Amino acid sequence: MNKCIKFVLCLCLGVVTALGHASQFEETVFSLSEGSYSQKAKVIEALADIQDERVLPVLKALIEPGFGVFLDETTSQLLIVEKKNDALIASNVISGGDVVVTEETPLKKVKVNNRLRRLARAKIAVIQLQSPDSSVRYESAKNLSKKPDKNLRDVIAEAHIAEKTSKVKRTLALALAFIDIHSSDQTLRFNAVEVLGTSVEPKAVGVLTRLAEKNDQGEYLDDDPIVAELAEKKLKSVQSKVSFFKFSENALYGISLGSILLLAAIGLAITFGVMGVINMAHGEMIMLGAYTTFFIQLLFPSLVDWSLLIAIPTAFLVSGCAGVLIERLVIRHLYGRPLDTLLATFGISLILQQAVRTYRSNNVPVVTPDWLSGFWSANGAMSITYNRIYILIFSLIVLAMLALILKKTMMGLQMRAVTQNRPMANSMGIRSGWVDALTFGLGSGIAGIAGVALSQITNVGPNMGQAYIIDSFMVVVFGGVGNLLGTFFGAMSLGLANKFLEPYSGAVVGKIIVLVFIILFIQWRPRGLFALKGRFVDD
Amino acid sequence: MKKLIRKTGLILGAAALTLGAYTAQAADTIKVGVLHSLSGTMAISETTLKDTVLMMVDEQNKKGGLLGKKLEAVVVDPASNWPLFAEKTKELIEQKDVDVIFGCWTSVSRKSVLPVIEELNGLLFYPVQYEGEESSKNVFYTGAAPNQQAIPAVDYLMEEEGVERWVLEGTDYVYPQTTNKILKSYLLSKGVKEKDISINYTPFGHADWSTRVSEIKAFGSAGKKTAVVSTVNGDANVPFYKELGNQGVTAEDIPVVAFSVGEEELSGFDTAPLVGHLAAWNYFQSAESEANDEFIAKWKKFIGDDKRVTNDPMEATYIGFTAWTKAVEKAGTTDVDKVRSAMYGIKVPNLTGGIAEVLPNHHFTKPVLIGEIQEDGQFDIVSQTKEVPGDAWTDFLPESAKLVSDWQNPKIACGNYNTATKTCGGETEEAE
Repeated sequence: MNKCIKFVLCLCLGVVTALGHASQFEETVFSLSEGSYSQKAKVIEALADIQDERVLPVLKALIEPGFGVFLDETTSQLLIVEKKNDALIASNVISGGDVVVTEETPLKKVKVNNRLRRLARAKIAVIQLQSPDSSVRYESAKNLSKKPDKNLRDVIAEAHIAEKTSKVKRTLALALAFIDIHSSDQTLRFNAVEVLGTSVEPKAVGVLTRLAEKNDQGEYLDDDPIVAELAEKKLKSVQSKVSFFKFSENALYGISLGSILLLAAIGLAITFGVMGVINMAHGEMIMLGAYTTFFIQLLFPSLVDWSLLIAIPTAFLVSGCAGVLIERLVIRHLYGRPLDTLLATFGISLILQQAVRTYRSNNVPVVTPDWLSGFWSANGAMSITYNRIYILIFSLIVLAMLALILKKTMMGLQMRAVTQNRPMANSMGIRSGWVDALTFGLGSGIAGIAGVALSQITNVGPNMGQAYIIDSFMVVVFGGVGNLLGTFFGAMSLGLANKFLEPYSGAVVGKIIVLVFIILFIQWRPRGLFALKGRFVDD
Repeated sequence: MKKLIRKTGLILGAAALTLGAYTAQAADTIKVGVLHSLSGTMAISETTLKDTVLMMVDEQNKKGGLLGKKLEAVVVDPASNWPLFAEKTKELIEQKDVDVIFGCWTSVSRKSVLPVIEELNGLLFYPVQYEGEESSKNVFYTGAAPNQQAIPAVDYLMEEEGVERWVLEGTDYVYPQTTNKILKSYLLSKGVKEKDISINYTPFGHADWSTRVSEIKAFGSAGKKTAVVSTVNGDANVPFYKELGNQGVTAEDIPVVAFSVGEEELSGFDTAPLVGHLAAWNYFQSAESEANDEFIAKWKKFIGDDKRVTNDPMEATYIGFTAWTKAVEKAGTTDVDKVRSAMYGIKVPNLTGGIAEVLPNHHFTKPVLIGEIQEDGQFDIVSQTKEVPGDAWTDFLPESAKLVSDWQNPKIACGNYNTATKTCGGETEEAE
């Protein structure tokens, strides 16, 4: 096999050399596989200067996740290898032809560090500035504005004039301004300040802030007081915009934290809120759901993008069944003895934790599908990650579904009947024992669903349940026991309160303040925000 | 109830039997105490170290034991409960009669063990990087002191990445607070301005990083190269890195150098978005040396899992264990005081191809390695220093700079000798 590859390779090589051009590329690219990082940096610089369409794929393979440039040590050829679903797809750097590689092929990776990655990214940006695809050009423009390089001024200026898409044009103008602000020409700097003053990008604001800096005597630190004065004026108008966006961003984060708390607490709103069982194992039901996601990804590695959608019903079943089991085996013997229930469920929680720990004491990696990674950005000053947006929507759907089940279905009716007046429900022919089990199962199942969502933002390990149990109880008690709407408002207000306190007091003190507030609040309104009213309340 | 009493009786009886069997064989073995949490929050990290000690004991017994006797590991479970660490230490020394203890992970567990081990004159090998500011007669610190991890990491970022603005992000407890205090004063001494340093703490297990990451992003856009020095501990790391990745903060823009994230932790991460972020340790599994290859092979065989990784605290355990066996051989006894005096100056090979020497301040010489996270969950070593001697008292805090620790020199024989007043400090100065 190897011989065959070698033969093909020689043939390819032969053809290429016969063509005579671009041998410079071959000589240069090969030195990537040896030498120190600074030598490699020189190679990358040299490569980027060569006019050859094979340069771009090599540079891209150096930095893109899932790709790599490898040296096949038996045939000493340079390969671009892509790892896709555990299969290796390789092509020859020089000929571009496909090469068969397996796990056994002695491949040595061309290692890159951050400096090389930055360099390669900047070089790619320059090459791709000419790309016909406007989103690629936008990416390039963004990368070029990261580190202003005055050698690139002409290239960027040219691209800026030729650019038709307004989004890309704006970014290029910014990139240009970042370079011009360091020039010695006053008009150029003046224009640059004007451009920077239109943007709320944190970097643009940072540059303006530095320009407007004064010393103790109130004189500008910048050599040119006129430019500095303009910068200060622009800064003032930008800053009010920026603080507005920052405020909105924080509100978004608060709502997002609220939705996470809501998801974690909804299940408890059923088991504790509706049934009155102090379920300390609630966190472990969340954990079971998260582990289900992990196992789904483990079993179907090729379906990573769909894994969450498969995991949602599965986690509901797994945690739900666990809930029914716990209810039938333990809790039903303890109704009316809240302290005993608390201790028993706490014991169950410890057992479940240790069981998972014996399987694997470490956290397990849950992969984030592509459609959940990344962030949505309104502008430079306000952005939120996609996973948080999805979780927000998801938690609202779960809440709505649950409300529907409780209010509109037969099962929901029976649940409410049993919790409101057990003997009466019994005499109406409702098998209250099974309704209890199903209610508990429903609450646990929803906790399992929450685990699927939480696996996307936090770690999945034996302790993960512990992190949410206290918050969940806080939400349910604060919102009003036995009331879904209360749970919703409880979660949202706690989320917002935490997030608005965090920038001022720090996360540690913020948490303490919220806790003290809740304690005081409960003193004042023992039944929480939305207290249930009616005769059965006092039971 | 009667049933219960009978049951308890049975269990007690069984326990007594095992205890009897245990004392019968005890006389002709050397006992090695293992004090690592096997349940509770810290079990995640500490179970591995328990297994490492068991492997080393096993290995030593295959070589014929020590002083002609077999080694016997006595494992107890302090269950991530700090006061329990002290009780279990007492139990190990007084009842189980162990000759040496390998154990602890968190600083607070070590602080809890300290008074007990000093009173009973035991010997503890502590295998984890820590905040320094301590040197006990009865403890050998085989992990890194701040000058063997934090400060070289900051130096690397300054020199190689040209970092001028710093975010010191930590979990709210003693190790990050002391480390950040030292780092801040070090950075100020290097000419970094006060306004270019931002220190922030989050609670244990902090899961919602959106605001913090957004603030770091804003802090990092002031036109100066910015880096994050993270002493974020344990479970809070996954959501932290996830949020960084999702908000598009890449290592190329704002690198994060972590002191608590190693191979073991990375095996619980989706590493794709983390490529290029850094960690500073004294050992990486990817270190190229024969001793390391051998160690990794042995570990995988012992644990029976080809995917298990090795990490820095494991190497520290390895170094501590080999140094202890050498000292016992040199002293010809397991008597704590004699082994202690035999320890000084002992040189054992580490796993990165160098030599670890035991210093009179109960710390070791260790190389500092900086690694970049790779997609496969391993580190690519981008920088490696020569062996650095561990410094118990940092030179970058004025109140610690005048303290030295030397247990070998009979004129000093003190863990916190004040070079200004020429007296021994008496009680150990607690890290705040």
